[in-house]
Amino acid sequence: MTAKRTLLICQGTGCVSAGSLQIHREFEREISEQGLDVEAKLTGCHGFCQIGPTVIVKPDEILYCLLKSSDVSEIVDSHLKNDVPVERLHYHDPNTGVAIPKLTEIPFYNKQQKIITTHCGYINPESIDEYISIGGYRTARQAILAMSPEEIIEDIKSSQLRGRGGAGFLTGMKWDFARRSSGENSSQKYIICNADEGDPGAFMDRVILESTPHSIIEGMIIAAFAIGASKGFIYIRAEYPLAIHRLEIAIAQAREKGFLGSKIFGSDIDFDIQLNQGAGAFVCGEETALMASVMGKRGNPRPRPPYPASDGLWGHPTNINNVKTLSYIPLIIRNGAKWFSNIGSGNSRGTAVFCITGKINNSGLIEVPMGVKLRDIIFGIGGGIPNGKRFKAVQTGGPSGGCLPEEFLDTEVTYESLQDAGSILGSGGMIVLDEDVCMVDIAKYFINFTQEESCGKCSPCRIGLRRLYNILERITSGQGEEDDLDLLEEVAWTVKEGSLCGLGQTAPNPVLSTIRYFKDEYISHIVDKKCPAKACKELIEYSIDANKCTGCLLCLRNCPANAITEHKLEHEDIADGGERGKEDRVANEKREKPLSVCEINPDVCIKCGICFANCPQDAIFKRDKLFNEEQYTVVNF
Amino acid sequence: MASENIITINGTEYPFEPNETILEVAERNNIYIPTLCHIKGYTPTGACRMCVVEVKGARTLLPACATPAARNMVVETESERVVKSRKINIELLLSSGHHNCLTCEANGNCRLQDLAYRYQVETVRFPETPSKYPAETNNAMIIRDFSRCIMCGRCVQACNEVQVNRAISYGYRGAASKIVAIGDLPLNESDCVFCGECVQACPVGALIEKPRRFQARNWEESVVKTTCPYCGVGCQLDLHIKDNKIVRVTGTEEIPPNYGSLCVKGRFGYDFVNDSERLRVPLIKKDGEFREASWNDALSLVAKRLEDTKSKNGPDSISVFSSAKITNEENYLAQKFTRAVIGTNNVDHCARLCHASTVAGLALAFGSGAMTNPIADINKSEVILVTGSNTTEAHPVISSYIKRAVESGRVKLIVIDPRRIELTRFSTMWLRQTLGTDVAWANGMMHVIIKEGLYDKEYVESRTEGFDELKKMVEKYNPEYVSNITGIPAEEIIKAARLYGNAKPASIFFAMGITQHSTGTDNVKSMANLAMLCGNVGVPGGGVNPLRGQNNVQGACDLGALPNVYSGYQQVASPDAREKMEKAWGVKNLPDKPGLTVTETVEMAGKGKVKALYIIGENPLVSDPDLNHAEECLKKLEFLVVQDIFMSPTAKLADVVLPSASFAEKDGTFTNTERRSQRVRKAVDTPGEARQDWEIICDLSSRMGYPMAYNSPEAIAEEMNSVTPSYGGISYRRLEKKGLHWPCPTEDHPGTPILHVGQFTKGKGSFYALEYIPPAELPDKDYPLYLTTGRVLYHFHTGTMTMQSEGLNEMVPECFVEISPEDALDYNVKQGGMLRVKSRRGEIEARANISDKSIKGSIFIPFHFAEAAANKLTNAALDPIAKIPEFKVCAISIENI
Repeated sequence: MTAKRTLLICQGTGCVSAGSLQIHREFEREISEQGLDVEAKLTGCHGFCQIGPTVIVKPDEILYCLLKSSDVSEIVDSHLKNDVPVERLHYHDPNTGVAIPKLTEIPFYNKQQKIITTHCGYINPESIDEYISIGGYRTARQAILAMSPEEIIEDIKSSQLRGRGGAGFLTGMKWDFARRSSGENSSQKYIICNADEGDPGAFMDRVILESTPHSIIEGMIIAAFAIGASKGFIYIRAEYPLAIHRLEIAIAQAREKGFLGSKIFGSDIDFDIQLNQGAGAFVCGEETALMASVMGKRGNPRPRPPYPASDGLWGHPTNINNVKTLSYIPLIIRNGAKWFSNIGSGNSRGTAVFCITGKINNSGLIEVPMGVKLRDIIFGIGGGIPNGKRFKAVQTGGPSGGCLPEEFLDTEVTYESLQDAGSILGSGGMIVLDEDVCMVDIAKYFINFTQEESCGKCSPCRIGLRRLYNILERITSGQGEEDDLDLLEEVAWTVKEGSLCGLGQTAPNPVLSTIRYFKDEYISHIVDKKCPAKACKELIEYSIDANKCTGCLLCLRNCPANAITEHKLEHEDIADGGERGKEDRVANEKREKPLSVCEINPDVCIKCGICFANCPQDAIFKRDKLFNEEQYTVVNF
Repeated sequence: MASENIITINGTEYPFEPNETILEVAERNNIYIPTLCHIKGYTPTGACRMCVVEVKGARTLLPACATPAARNMVVETESERVVKSRKINIELLLSSGHHNCLTCEANGNCRLQDLAYRYQVETVRFPETPSKYPAETNNAMIIRDFSRCIMCGRCVQACNEVQVNRAISYGYRGAASKIVAIGDLPLNESDCVFCGECVQACPVGALIEKPRRFQARNWEESVVKTTCPYCGVGCQLDLHIKDNKIVRVTGTEEIPPNYGSLCVKGRFGYDFVNDSERLRVPLIKKDGEFREASWNDALSLVAKRLEDTKSKNGPDSISVFSSAKITNEENYLAQKFTRAVIGTNNVDHCARLCHASTVAGLALAFGSGAMTNPIADINKSEVILVTGSNTTEAHPVISSYIKRAVESGRVKLIVIDPRRIELTRFSTMWLRQTLGTDVAWANGMMHVIIKEGLYDKEYVESRTEGFDELKKMVEKYNPEYVSNITGIPAEEIIKAARLYGNAKPASIFFAMGITQHSTGTDNVKSMANLAMLCGNVGVPGGGVNPLRGQNNVQGACDLGALPNVYSGYQQVASPDAREKMEKAWGVKNLPDKPGLTVTETVEMAGKGKVKALYIIGENPLVSDPDLNHAEECLKKLEFLVVQDIFMSPTAKLADVVLPSASFAEKDGTFTNTERRSQRVRKAVDTPGEARQDWEIICDLSSRMGYPMAYNSPEAIAEEMNSVTPSYGGISYRRLEKKGLHWPCPTEDHPGTPILHVGQFTKGKGSFYALEYIPPAELPDKDYPLYLTTGRVLYHFHTGTMTMQSEGLNEMVPECFVEISPEDALDYNVKQGGMLRVKSRRGEIEARANISDKSIKGSIFIPFHFAEAAANKLTNAALDPIAKIPEFKVCAISIENI
């Protein structure tokens, strides 16, 4: 018999919504009913959201995935009681189909280098004692009792840690500015943790907040001590109820232990944290808008300078750091600046945390050293593209990032390299796109997001993004004109160069990068009125290959627009019981010759794609829509 | 040289000051950088991106308005990159909404139009997207046309940072953005106070004055700079004239005191000038009815009746009411006429009803009865104490100074007022005193300040007298004792005393809430006591600052429209002064006995001692206390002549009515509350045969055997200045650009913004040990509630001017009785229900307005409305020294009708 087993049951948002809490209850019930000496423990996120809910069995390091409550008894009976792991519930390599039972052997996990996500999924986020048991708060205590603020700042500076919110400013420098700020309002300083993670498809901060909330608090304590702030704010989006809940618990626990409040750790330092919930505006992730929101004003950005370090909340010096940045702090202080700066490449040191999503086999949260190649992330950890499709591009850095084509797969991931390529590292979103994705359409998608989220204060962003969207809409609906490409670029550059805040200054990246790398797709849309990826509805038609159609009528029954009609085939005498139709009747029974085939009426079809997705014979296909000359000229306005 | 602050702009090096922005350096050196959203002197918002410039080494283009100049910075203001960005920006703005210059009021004065022209944006390559918000045209003052709005945010900044009214802000997001009032309500249902700062700030045609719509395009207007005819702030304004009519009013930018700001009255209250009800011809009453008359007949009649009265009953049977609304020159002539031609000192004006106690009290304490410090000093105070002044409604532009100072975080505000006035929302402390207990709280604060040693011992010793008596007097005014009198909790008195006492400098602002009491002079002296005790008089940012209520009430006092002094406060009782005037005016035997005040004149008319009264631009039948009594008195006059622009209730009583000119129809000067003399300029002609007041006085005087032959107000000013030492150097030439503070004795004197620097006008400042005396009438069983009266934002004085404006009437159409929710409950009063309000002297009817501005037990009624005249209720109890009536406290009862 091996050592006592522990089940680590993921309770990240994804797994919880897929039923992990019921699974936990089921395990507890089974374990107690059967009188087993096994602990079923709820933990933070395991990172591999694609296959949730997941459970890790310790010390075996066996991973079970895509679990249902009904699977629990089998695991208990087979694995926990009889030491026979349940193979069908293991992770199976999507390309080979081979089961990989051990977590440490799954490429998604073993190609990562975890620093700040090490304990995600291993400790109970709602227990301060578990955090303390892995060494938590020891660094903060030591920093406050045994170090000077200058020493701390020196450590952070020499670690070369850069802000993980996207801009990549050197954290130590930022702290130094805030510490040295000496205006008339500098008697009070503030620190803010920016947890307003708004990029679509990005959930790095959420996972860390949900899994190891105490690491953020510890980072904030050290940062506050370093810059001389007595009050901290965590600005978190209201759409993260679980993270908010756990932070509330964590803050209360830290106060109880004397880690927050007055005279923390028995020193004469006061520091406390307040939670502020955002109200759903993407722009509030921008630091000046965020501060306005904290102060109870509309979250509009303002020009910098003055920078928050000298003139922040209510005019006081304020330091703002991203969640991930803060979670590195205790580790750097504990392990030394050198330990951190030894990881990474060029001017980008340490690790980077990404959320890989999109057309990829293994989507989830990963941590890798800076400088890793995109190929290693996408094809190594991510397991490549599903369904044998071809990789087309990867969009990094959230909605304001750029789309990089295949030729960048061997690019090292650093702040500089991605920027040089026309994208950004951003806060860590990474969306993989395959051959079925139209790059013009994808640019339109992201511009639509940013134009809706523009605060509306400055004209390039407010109107410029809207116009970019209008033009892209024209192009994707076959109404593009030859000048549109120039106009797109002109407006995009004006928005990029002339906007007030980071939102506008980066929002055109999807347009500019797709024009840069996928210009031919734009030209196809504009000149040929064709969408090469067959993704733009206005430029395609659905049709049925009569040779493949078996007349099963699945498409007809599911068509929401009644655009599909059944066309009876005139087999000479199928209906006839006589000799003449015998051959056809036999073929029909063998499904070799259908009774009827379906047809799509293009005038009625709304191109929802339901028939295409459901046809068992793959008889439905997309083709370029035919335009006549008149249609070309209608578009001028 | 490397250490020098040098910036390179377009290849040329320029020095810069620390904290200067690129835009400021450029503008100083006449380098053009276009702006749309920038408001000079306020925090850059960086919204319009029109001022972007190329800075070497910067990743993006940088806004010149918000980017500080830095050493070795290399800037290009019109590079290809910059110009391209601006062109597209303009194109984007033009594509958003509907910019049709053809019928836009901004045409010819539109920054977007100018920029499109300058940067040659001829076509817009984007389809025009109409605004999703329809234009708002449902109020009489401001049109908001969202299809012309470029979202530059100047209006938002003007509202929030300049006026600090906080009525509008950004709403919605992205392309759907809109400037919204609270809850996206129409302006007239929101917190908007229609100051129109937003309209003036709008660089395009999105916000325009509604009366102007389709009336005048910019090039059809001529502009005349003049001084506002309403309160004493003396805002400088530009009258825009087309076809001899005022089509709109804007604040004059960049000069004091208002730097372009106005209030709703100044901007939208000019309709009275063009009003068809204006008096156009002289009227003589015959058999109880007015008949039109020629000037010759009317003035001959007036001259004859006055001469008859004088010869029959002596000169002292005649009184003249001069006016706080006419010019300095006209006031000078009115008092000269009274003294030199009629031969009496019976000349006074409505200052008697507002600040007579200030003039008396401060003259006794300091030697001079005016605001000690300029308005601009508000920024220099550490603590501002406002008492008895509903500044946001009565002196809106000064209230903006106070609100801005508070918003800056440097200045703390103490409000001591019986009503929860708007300023209490900005104050660090609001002390609510029982009506008429001001001497008590002031004594209480001084008690604490002395006891805790917070007073300025050196100042008290070297610059004042009477401290020991004061100290002895306030000894018993300990916080508990004062709390019992005033109803202010003892600890708040202590806290306020410490706040005021520890501040250096601290200033006091007050108005009618202090002066209009039977102890008005004592109240004013108490303010002087408090300020001197802490060494706050004669220093920048300090002072005792009475806010004057009329455009020229200060000037009317200064130029001798008072019964005891000639111009420049030269005493009529002084033989030297009399001799000087006799010489200057070429007369003999000027009367040496001080004359009758306004309030005394009314009494004496009632007693038959005053037989004839010449009223210039005053309306005592709405403005005086105890109106029923006043009317009885005036009816006993043998001869009443009223010179006015409208047929006021007072004019209706007259024997002869003389049509005169409004402020827009005359030249001259007004002196504002901070002693700043400013020019008034003729913009339009008088209606009909109406004449300017000075012309009428001159004509009348000439007919009475004393020829006055001035060919212009400037000629009068020259004589006036020559006999008035404090005005000696205030020539029209010097007033051309902006006003001058008196005393300004000589042509080369720079004027005196702060009085009593180094030494008080009278030498040493005098403390007065004062006992608290309760108001003359207190609530009792029959009349259980306090009544206090005052102004509302949208009306002025007796309403003759403001009630001609549709916009102003729309906001406050009629009188109201402001009552606290608690009293409303006790008396079963419904919002909007009719109430009968009674005092021992009369009764009125008006609608109830339940508001938490009023505190339980106290009712407020505005005094503007003749049909429900609050002054039928008020008490004519007079202050013994200043003869000012107790408008602010009386006892009333209310009942539902």
